[in-house]
Amino acid sequence: MSNTDFILAIEDLTVSFDGFKAVDKLNLYVDKNELRVVIGPNGAGKTTVLDLICGKTKSTSGSIKFKNKELTKLAEHEIVRAGVGRKFQTPSIYENLTVYQNLEVSYPRGRSVWGSLLFKRSDDVMARVYKVAEEILLKDLLDMEAALLSHGQKQWLEIGMLLMQEPELLMLDEPVAGMSAKERDQTAELLNRICQNRSVIVIEHDMEFVKKIAHKVTVLHQGKILAEGSMDKVQADEKVIEVYLGH
Amino acid sequence: MKTLSDKLLGGKQGVLGLALLALLIMVILPLGLDIFRLNLVGKYLTYAFVALSLVLLWGNGGILSLGQGMFFGLGGYCMAMFLKLEASDPISTKIQTTPGIPDFMDWNQLTALPWFWEPFKSLPFTILAILIVPTIFAYIIGFAMFKRRVGGVYFAIITQAIALILSILIVGQQGYTGGVNGITDLKTMLGWDIRTDSAKYILYYVNALLLFGCIFLSRYILTSKFGMLLLAMRDKEERVRFSGYDVSDFKIFTFCVAAMISAIGGAMFTLQVGFMSPSFVGIVPSIEMVIFAAVGGRMSLIGAVYGTLLVNYGKTVFSETYPELWLFLMGGLFIAVVMFFPDGLAGIYQKHARKIPFLKRWVAEEKQKQTDAHASHGKVGTKLGAEA
Repeated sequence: MSNTDFILAIEDLTVSFDGFKAVDKLNLYVDKNELRVVIGPNGAGKTTVLDLICGKTKSTSGSIKFKNKELTKLAEHEIVRAGVGRKFQTPSIYENLTVYQNLEVSYPRGRSVWGSLLFKRSDDVMARVYKVAEEILLKDLLDMEAALLSHGQKQWLEIGMLLMQEPELLMLDEPVAGMSAKERDQTAELLNRICQNRSVIVIEHDMEFVKKIAHKVTVLHQGKILAEGSMDKVQADEKVIEVYLGH
Repeated sequence: MKTLSDKLLGGKQGVLGLALLALLIMVILPLGLDIFRLNLVGKYLTYAFVALSLVLLWGNGGILSLGQGMFFGLGGYCMAMFLKLEASDPISTKIQTTPGIPDFMDWNQLTALPWFWEPFKSLPFTILAILIVPTIFAYIIGFAMFKRRVGGVYFAIITQAIALILSILIVGQQGYTGGVNGITDLKTMLGWDIRTDSAKYILYYVNALLLFGCIFLSRYILTSKFGMLLLAMRDKEERVRFSGYDVSDFKIFTFCVAAMISAIGGAMFTLQVGFMSPSFVGIVPSIEMVIFAAVGGRMSLIGAVYGTLLVNYGKTVFSETYPELWLFLMGGLFIAVVMFFPDGLAGIYQKHARKIPFLKRWVAEEKQKQTDAHASHGKVGTKLGAEA
């Protein structure tokens, strides 16, 4: 595959679990500064695609290029260091640590054993933590143990932990699941803000939310792309209505 | 901002805990006990090194090793080999078939010193070996396990199996290791008789200082970003991995440090007790040491020392009166701690110390200072955010 201008270029990606092809010859391209939403019925392979990109699952064949760098052969932490951040479906934060510590631990310096032993809490680290905390609306809760946050705040905290790393590609798996209507609106604003200088891939079921954020929508079905384009175009698509949106 | 001394001492509460422990070990026990009993305490304190290593590894890292005895044993054997060679000079072993080699080798028809015993004639080499041999061993085990992402119960079982294999190997290779009796009749170190009362006092204090050294080392690790990552890994390993960290490297390092600390304890055991045997290597001692850490509180470095002292004191008292009941009691104690006091002695102390008025005020002041710091920096952060 030749080099492209896309931040992420997935070509002929296949993964098969005991003969079952969860992702089947998938081609997907994401532009710089694009916010892409991936939708589709349960079992369509949405989460599996994110797993493949971030290295949690190894592909059977095909290629994933991030800024023209092949990711399929890299270890998980190498993919992160290349600039890909991933948020999991259930909020995955360190419950025993404070909000401040959760963010600080995610700061991309001192990532080796010796680096972490000699890591210093310098002014730039603190400034960055406060800035991100403000962005994710947790500025006043820095000293709170993360376990005590509400479900929505935990989702934000995990997004904040990813922002600490300044990834060029951010992947969010159902970021508004379990959130109140107000929290959904705040999250939509947050996502619109943070995709100013990076690309974002979001998996989501909530169509109202998708409308608020999506630049472009990809519909997955049985590991293949069913439709792709603007929200309006996808919503009008006969096949999409058939398998996913319903009549 | 935390200074180095703050990190090592752990704030006001940490200083108080360390000072009390130092008072007990350095002043009260030596003044209150005769040398026989004090030597016994010294022996218990060598187990505290292992309990300490388990606080790092198990309490903070979530990695349960049921084979720490092997590192204690490796450190102890390295020291014993040096002392045994010094005790086996040609004059005092002249009745042997081959004078100049350790007595058990002679009994097993060995006629020359095995090659791997040779370098243990040197004390500097021995000290290096005590620190490095167990660490390399831990590195090999850790590399093989953690790079393959073996963890949890599987790791515990494998370490237990390796400890068993090692103890069987030592028993089986009688001619090279002294077999089931171990390495005994240790007398002098560079001509200094380690069996005298004065030597025992000195060794007790050396041991105590090394123990505090290891507490400081552990505390430095736990208060650094590394320590925060350990807690994070224990909680959500995947999240740490997908934040750009090679989780296995951190586990291997922790396992190696824990091995080294255990080995120092083993070497000090040999010096104070005067022998080393496979009964300190296998499964039973390894599990006992997990119990010491659990009783003390598996998150607390200082708690581990108290836990070790308390359980061993109990063992001495009860096994003198009801020898056959002791093991049941020990098992019961472990179950009780896990069920009712998961944070051990340290947890009980934390809960009740807060009620002492003067302590309460003292610690509260410090907490307030921290919160204030965040609040004022928060404002700075807001400004920065607004500018950017």
